[in-house]
Amino acid sequence: MKIDTEFNAKKLVPDIDPSPAEAEAVNRYDVELVAVSKSYDGDARAVNEISLRIPKASYCCLLGPSGCGKTTTLRMLAGHESVTEGDILIHNRNVTDALPSARGTSMMFQSYALFPHLSALDNVAFSLKLRRVPKPERQARAMEFLRLVQMEELAHRMPSQLSGGQQQRVALARSLIPRPKVLLLDEPLSALDPFLRVLMRSELKRIQTELGITFVHVTHSQEEALALSDMVVVMNGGRIMQAGTAREVFEKPANSFVARFIGGHNVIEFEGRTVSVRADKCRIVEAVGGRNIPATITGIEYQGPMVRINLAGEAGQALCAVISDTRFFADPPSVGEKVAFSWMPDDEWSFAA
Amino acid sequence: MLNRRPLSYYLLSAFFALFLLFLYGPMLCVYILSFQGPEGGMSFPMRGVSLVWFQTLFSAEGRGVGDIHNSFLRSIRLGLIVALLTMLIGVAAGMSFRRRYPGANFVFYSAIASMVVPGIFVGFGIALTLRLLGLRPDWWYSGIGAQLTWSLPFAMLIMFIILGRLDKSYEEAATDLGASPAQRFQYVILPLILPGVVGIVMAGFTSSYEESARAGLNIGTGNTMPMELTGLLGAATTPVMFAVGTLTTLFMFTTVIATLLVSARLARRRQLRLAAQHG
Repeated sequence: MKIDTEFNAKKLVPDIDPSPAEAEAVNRYDVELVAVSKSYDGDARAVNEISLRIPKASYCCLLGPSGCGKTTTLRMLAGHESVTEGDILIHNRNVTDALPSARGTSMMFQSYALFPHLSALDNVAFSLKLRRVPKPERQARAMEFLRLVQMEELAHRMPSQLSGGQQQRVALARSLIPRPKVLLLDEPLSALDPFLRVLMRSELKRIQTELGITFVHVTHSQEEALALSDMVVVMNGGRIMQAGTAREVFEKPANSFVARFIGGHNVIEFEGRTVSVRADKCRIVEAVGGRNIPATITGIEYQGPMVRINLAGEAGQALCAVISDTRFFADPPSVGEKVAFSWMPDDEWSFAA
Repeated sequence: MLNRRPLSYYLLSAFFALFLLFLYGPMLCVYILSFQGPEGGMSFPMRGVSLVWFQTLFSAEGRGVGDIHNSFLRSIRLGLIVALLTMLIGVAAGMSFRRRYPGANFVFYSAIASMVVPGIFVGFGIALTLRLLGLRPDWWYSGIGAQLTWSLPFAMLIMFIILGRLDKSYEEAATDLGASPAQRFQYVILPLILPGVVGIVMAGFTSSYEESARAGLNIGTGNTMPMELTGLLGAATTPVMFAVGTLTTLFMFTTVIATLLVSARLARRRQLRLAAQHG
């Protein structure tokens, strides 16, 4: 597939024309959630008083295990789920009770939801047809968006004649054509194979950067969230556990849930404190002036440039050290060996609470 | 051979063959006997082959043919109206179940229950009620109404099956792209359920065409086809009845095949439209 470098994506950006008084506020946040809750028929809350501000033109990932409320939050943003309590603002306008099409959002569904009776082109042109845009014009504009996702050559195929990745590109074009201020993506990469997932991931990031609008992307993959996000929002049990840049969340997890869920961390009880230490900062040799725990190697996973060593501490706690292949093969340990699991005090991160 | 067919395959095939024989064998007798020679009677043997009974039917000399022409037209008229109403009400009822509403279960089970109530009593009940109200039954209200009690539950079941397979996210996607409820139905739902809707029309028409248990007492003065035939068969003396059987069968097959062709045409037109866009 060739990338059309001449293609000017900027003209696809929604026309925002804020009054000078509003301009500052509009420029600060694209999406604001104010104490938003969702409960079904008086049951326990699926989303519990979450507040969040997403800065302008950000790639924001809602990350969490299944049932954490991330998809519900996204669907409330889209207007496909009513808000029980709280307010939702998009570009500084309260849209809590607005219709899905009157919010300036557009949603890309997990199953893509391409209309099976319409060709790729007609799917993309659908929202223009609803607004009675004349056929030649709407087909030309749909083609423009298909070019953005590099699908113009397959424009006349039916959805059933397209692969998963191609369907996703069409779905992306279809949700971008109404020129949303915020694009909402519900687990967009989960149905793709790992190779395609990485490819589409960079495509999504490219398109977000080109269009300069905010993407809110729901995922349960830490890797995906870290790779894409300007802002990661880790959720659990209907609450936000931590919101920050990918680096903040990885280096300074707010609590043990975030440290465990984001991966690559050891959460260790040590001398009465709970600390997290990145697995790549841990060693399996005694550290002079460091912290040492006796441990037994339970498994070794070769990962190419790195080797992951799983251990059981003396209290049976699961530990993990990731060391470079060079260091590993210099003196390869074996499963069952008793070693000193160690780290330096500087690499410890103490949770705020 | 490892993948030898099991015994059950042969037993079930034999059973199916018997079923076919039982279903079509007697009908075949009717069709053959309708070509009975002028001297022949209502049973085998055939005494020559002729079209004389078909001629009798169309020359309408009234020799045991009763009011067959008018009853046929009445049945067609009734069937078309019932089919149309069944489609409109059935599709609307099916769509209402896309969203839960209070009493949805009651609507569903009461519709299904009406399928197991014996038809003759439904018809009798309607007739009794009309008499209580001092109304005279007539085909255009009590006749149609009585038949709808039979065709609507089927339409609802067909709609449940079609809509059950329809992913809710299509509707959400349409809403998200700015479709009003009417546009959502017109541009997304209807094209996807169209083959099923054609099926409902067909089911509505055939269930009306052959129905007499419910309509019989409520149709008013003019007999429909099945009522006329029931009356005539009791007093029949010539093979002209068999000619009627052959012709109605032909008519129904033609209707079914025409429906299938329309469905296929719909699918092909869609493909042609796409092919045209390629050029």
